[in-house]
Amino acid sequence: MSINHNLLVEVAVSGMFYGTPLVFASVGEVITERSGVLNLGVEGMMLMGAAAGSWASIHISGSNPWVLFCATIIGAAAAALVALLHAFLVVTLRVNQIVAGLALTIFAGGAGLSSFLANSWNLAAKPAPHQFQELSVFGWKNAPIIGPLLFHHNVMVYFSWIVVGATSWYLFRTRAGLHLRSVGESPHTADAMGLNVARIRYVNTMVGGALAGVGGVYFSLLIVPTWVDGMTQGRGWIALALVIFGFWRPGLAMIGAYLFGAFASLGLTLQARNVHISPDLLDALPYLMTIVVLIIVSNSGARKRLGAPAALGQPFIRDER
Amino acid sequence: MNPESIDVLTAGTNLVPAVEMFGITKRFGDVVANDGVNFHACVGEVHALLGENGAGKSTLTNMLTGIYQPDAGEIRLYEKPLRLTSPRAAIAAGVGMVHQHFKLVPTFTVAENVVLGLSAEHRGVKFRRAAIERRVAELSERYQLAVDPAKKIWQLSVGERQRVELLKVLIREARILVLDEPTAVLTPQEADSLFVTLRSMADDGRTVIFISHKLYEVTAVSDRVTVLRDGRNIATVDTADCDQRSLAALMVGRDVQFDRRVGTHVRGDSEPVLIAANVDADGDDDRGALHAISLSLRAGEILGIAGVAGNGQRELGEVLGGIRRIRSGNIDVCGKQQTCGDPVAFAKSRVAYVPEDRLGTGLAPSLSIADNVALRSFRAAPFARPPFIRRRWLRSHTQELMSRYDVKAPGPETPIRKLSGGNIQKVLLAREFESDPLVLVVASPTRGLDVGAIENVRSLLVTAAERGTGIVLISEDLDEVRAMCDRIAVMYEGRIVGIVDGESADVNTLGLMMAGAT
Repeated sequence: MSINHNLLVEVAVSGMFYGTPLVFASVGEVITERSGVLNLGVEGMMLMGAAAGSWASIHISGSNPWVLFCATIIGAAAAALVALLHAFLVVTLRVNQIVAGLALTIFAGGAGLSSFLANSWNLAAKPAPHQFQELSVFGWKNAPIIGPLLFHHNVMVYFSWIVVGATSWYLFRTRAGLHLRSVGESPHTADAMGLNVARIRYVNTMVGGALAGVGGVYFSLLIVPTWVDGMTQGRGWIALALVIFGFWRPGLAMIGAYLFGAFASLGLTLQARNVHISPDLLDALPYLMTIVVLIIVSNSGARKRLGAPAALGQPFIRDER
Repeated sequence: MNPESIDVLTAGTNLVPAVEMFGITKRFGDVVANDGVNFHACVGEVHALLGENGAGKSTLTNMLTGIYQPDAGEIRLYEKPLRLTSPRAAIAAGVGMVHQHFKLVPTFTVAENVVLGLSAEHRGVKFRRAAIERRVAELSERYQLAVDPAKKIWQLSVGERQRVELLKVLIREARILVLDEPTAVLTPQEADSLFVTLRSMADDGRTVIFISHKLYEVTAVSDRVTVLRDGRNIATVDTADCDQRSLAALMVGRDVQFDRRVGTHVRGDSEPVLIAANVDADGDDDRGALHAISLSLRAGEILGIAGVAGNGQRELGEVLGGIRRIRSGNIDVCGKQQTCGDPVAFAKSRVAYVPEDRLGTGLAPSLSIADNVALRSFRAAPFARPPFIRRRWLRSHTQELMSRYDVKAPGPETPIRKLSGGNIQKVLLAREFESDPLVLVVASPTRGLDVGAIENVRSLLVTAAERGTGIVLISEDLDEVRAMCDRIAVMYEGRIVGIVDGESADVNTLGLMMAGAT
């Protein structure tokens, strides 16, 4: 057995495979929350992205890469539309952000719009005709250790790395990112400096939604790969937790996503090796880990020190009289 | 710098109009905040806008900075009629505002705050940290506004934060500077150095509009004064032609007494009612806010706590009022040790607390006057026959308090939020006085009140002291503590740096102590 079938390497690789939709969703939520908008509707947006991506892969004809490209864009756009609704509710109408986010998840989620659309489009039980394939970058997929870790993934994994890098650069190195963060930290300051708080929040909520949609497409065209009602299985909520785990930083959120992915796939990996541990226990592990991590990082006002945007969840009203 | 601004900056004559506002009217619901106000300021002058709280100063300037739009009237800048529909439009027109509550992002660096929203200077998407920090350093050297551009805002003192605000305005090449009560957070010495900066900015051909209700500042720094009262402009006068007394008369609409000492003289032999020994406490951010605070208060004494805002006075008030926990130390009331952070126990020991934040921690704004009166003592007779509240008794009791404390309101069932600031404060004081306290802790009791209400509140405090209540008066208003207190303790960075006699304390000594000099 080569070193590439070592248990650690296998767990790491499957962690990346299963963690990637969480990377998209949590990095998207990082962007949204950095602008001061809390969007609890990640789960719903992922499911909308999954349904729309699945539909596109069936109804668009063309070469494999072209169809997958379009499906990803359409999935992202569908989720961004849901995010637009959230932005309208919380930025323009100043609805309580938690209530609006929960309503959004119910509206778009497992028993809501995504299921309804998927049913009327007859998506269920049709395997996606176009699926993402693993690549062998530079033909190095068999290189020891770094081969499976770095050069033998599907294109979405590489895309997620670009997204993480680009988001870090955007947030911390560009003027637009500075403006975005100022809106999340102190909208009144941003407003007095002539920035358009509402527009910045709208745009970044939609960008965050679009990335959640990409995460959904990853489920319906890659992991499963077909449409199943409620197929994201609560991963949207995990993504929300990862934002806190990652201290609102894209790179750390990615690490958290891979950790979660590794725990989530541990059961499959061990089963394949005939290690017998109760599968129920293994299935519960990632959620337990999430709870433990959240307890640790939420303790004693850590939120403040750890970089939660100061105006997160607060509507902006200029005329305070 | 564009050619137009060079023209203006070099003109330097007092006769060029910079800001002209004609017949400005602004309503908020039923309240008329500005009623046909006319205001004119020239190039190269420091123009003070004087008025009591609620006279409409901030509203007027907020229309100049694009935050509000006037309901009627016209604004001209450099003789050009303009509609300033947003802060961005106002900045583009050359108006820069230094708000009373700083508009800064605490987690950003000085340089990041200065360039926030700035578009003309830096093309491209990238944020050029080094270049921006260099530019900020240049500007701060030129105007002697010393501040480290790489530091985060939360690491700065209040005075430094104000310099950042000024830098923000300067980097935008604002020709019209509006400052809203800029000295409220400064020591007298810091205020003096601000005045020098403002003067040099005016000498460069800018127009400085300076909002204040402090007479000595207005006479010290301004060339002309416009006085507002009840939303109308009363007069515009040359500062050289008037003194503090005549300005005060314009501002209030009647003659006022000055420097009248209203404090009591405590009997030297009276017992201490409150003793704090070596108290350490944390602030809201879990960092130490109070360090080794020791003080004692005798019956009938008014002890002032002075200091620049944010040096621990609020936290000290909360500790002494019983709502903040302490880390170490002791608080005794009449020889009995107290459990800190237990407001009920403090109330039982007859400690009353009038917080600075009247509508947040003092009163429940949506509840009626009667319910708020009951809030402290509703647990027992005569307010209750447990478990029931004695509604009818409460109603007549409230009625009686309202007439005794001169609270103007339709009735005991009126919600607190419908009352004016002065009446709100009177309800709060009435409730706390009626518990017959041994110790009364009051924080900024006259902030935001008009002159009549201020006199009222002060005489209530003096009456309580004469009855033997020990009063801790926390105030940033040096005139107030000097007028009322037997002794004044000055706080700096969570410590008491010194305690001086109230009668002999002068502003300079207090100012130095407020800046940390001992």
